[in-house]
Amino acid sequence: MDLGPLMEGFATAATPMNLLYATIGVILGTAVGVLPGIGPAMTVALLLPVTYSLEPTSALIMFAGVYYGGMYGGSTTSILLNTPGESSSVVTAIEGNLMAKQGRAAQALATAAIGSFVAGTIGTALLVACAPIVTRFAVSMGAPDYFAVMLLALLAVSAVLGSSRLRGFCSLGLGLAIGLIGIDKVSGQQRLTFGQPQLADGIDIVVVAVAIFALGEALWVAAHLRRKAAQIIPVGQPWMGRKDWQRSWKPWLRGTAFGFPFGALPAGGAEIPTFLSYITEKRLSKHKHEFGKGAIEGVAGPEAANNASAAGTLVPMLSLGLPTNATAAIMLAALTGFGIQPGPLLFEKEPQLVWGLIASLFIGNALLLLLNLPLAPAWAKLLQIPRPYLYAGILFFASLGAYAVNLQSFDLVLLLVFGLVGFMMRRFGLPILPLIIGVIIGPRIERQLRTALAVAGGDVSTLWSEPLAVAIYVVIAVLLLWPLITRLVRRSGRRPSFKDA
Amino acid sequence: MVIVVGYAPGAPGEAALSRAVHEARLRDARLVVVNSSRGDALVDKRFAQGEDVEHVERLLEQAEVPWTLRQPVRGREASEEIVRAAHEARAELVVIGLRHRSPVGKLIMGSTAQSVLLDAECPVLAVKAER
Repeated sequence: MDLGPLMEGFATAATPMNLLYATIGVILGTAVGVLPGIGPAMTVALLLPVTYSLEPTSALIMFAGVYYGGMYGGSTTSILLNTPGESSSVVTAIEGNLMAKQGRAAQALATAAIGSFVAGTIGTALLVACAPIVTRFAVSMGAPDYFAVMLLALLAVSAVLGSSRLRGFCSLGLGLAIGLIGIDKVSGQQRLTFGQPQLADGIDIVVVAVAIFALGEALWVAAHLRRKAAQIIPVGQPWMGRKDWQRSWKPWLRGTAFGFPFGALPAGGAEIPTFLSYITEKRLSKHKHEFGKGAIEGVAGPEAANNASAAGTLVPMLSLGLPTNATAAIMLAALTGFGIQPGPLLFEKEPQLVWGLIASLFIGNALLLLLNLPLAPAWAKLLQIPRPYLYAGILFFASLGAYAVNLQSFDLVLLLVFGLVGFMMRRFGLPILPLIIGVIIGPRIERQLRTALAVAGGDVSTLWSEPLAVAIYVVIAVLLLWPLITRLVRRSGRRPSFKDA
Repeated sequence: MVIVVGYAPGAPGEAALSRAVHEARLRDARLVVVNSSRGDALVDKRFAQGEDVEHVERLLEQAEVPWTLRQPVRGREASEEIVRAAHEARAELVVIGLRHRSPVGKLIMGSTAQSVLLDAECPVLAVKAER
């Protein structure tokens, strides 16, 4: 394959300015990864308004740094505090904290950091190999195919993740409704504007994202601030002995194999592959008795899986313009904000941006290893920040950012309203992801549907006229009818949902 | 008779504790050790846990004075907890440890010692860690 574009990408990513943004990104990302409750999605949302004045390439490089950094930082908190810093490092906490309690925190941190580096690098290399292939395939896709793919993404995110399908679809419905607000681009009709002229342009995605992620989370934490002082396990410099290396390298590779494809799937995310990796390592390990007491394989595998899934997520994002998780969704919103149309033409139209971004991932990964391996104990000090200060800062940046987008105070009202929506969603257990994906994909899926219908002269059957679309509808049908199918097959009342198992 | 001592892991806290033990022996008093946290940070290293608590308990057992260890976590400042404990126990003396602070530190952070000195209803004995 042709490595020329990638080399040019390195030339873009290695300029001093872009290196600086990559460094800022990975530092911020590690920090938010370490802090429980604050994740890369919230951080990227808060950074959106700041980055509108930057070059799109620099902004995207910084966002990608935040995203990768979050995956590294989450493990530190999991291992030292037994509180996962991110949802993707929940599984790491199981064996990682037990290792730390046995005095092997240094080895746990080392295998997590080096495993993340190995998986991130292999994952990014796979991204280089896969994304152009998917793109070449995607260019030939018509509007009906796109409609089907986006429909699959929306339904998969709503139906597969979270504790109940009903809640997932409620959240998706909210997101699609928010996406509808504003003047219809085709007919010029006002939709859901309630006669408010300020709503005619639609609601800026920045305001929605900041409100749901930052304001909603801050209100939720303020309402539930549990007063307790946890104990952190003191640790020196992370390092590994020869035996740890021998026991770690296979789980790293297997974790990568789990993580990458799941990251690329809609609704795959990082949670399921980390869990699968943990189970696999437990079954394959020669030290089975150590599981439940702190086995290094149980840290190495899942940590590799979550970083590989981060790389996998970028395949559909860059080649199809399809986000599979919250951070990717907001990065896509950023692209749209810069006036760049996400989709299969991205590689062709913006080669500098795409390859610069991919090259910066290799650089960011190396930076993260350097930042995390010697400095893990320093990062853990972030946990001593009193949370009221932290959330006050987040609220400040949220309000500033929401106001800065259009400089109108009406956006602050919207921020508050959607912040309350975000709070209520957390209160009633509605997943956030379907809403954010709904807001971002909603208008685009509508455009694909209308293009398809316009081309076919209003004939609805065009939607299932192509084989790919038909295949995707079959997948959707299976996805939606899955509980019914398993019930019929097993004739038992047990639900097959992953979370309930 | 009761002596209240403010304790936090570290040299000033140890100095205060050993001085309080000494005073309790002299006066034949009961010792109330206060070690609190506001509890709003995920990790508070001035809140004694695990080995730190065992260390304090061992030290107090060896001293052979009657003692209680209080570790309230209810969102109040350490100074407030100490003064409150002294008030409730009608303490005759409060012992606290002092530490050096940087000019910037003084500018940003309040002083637990100063609040205790000003707010306590009984005499306060402030000790420094040996250098």
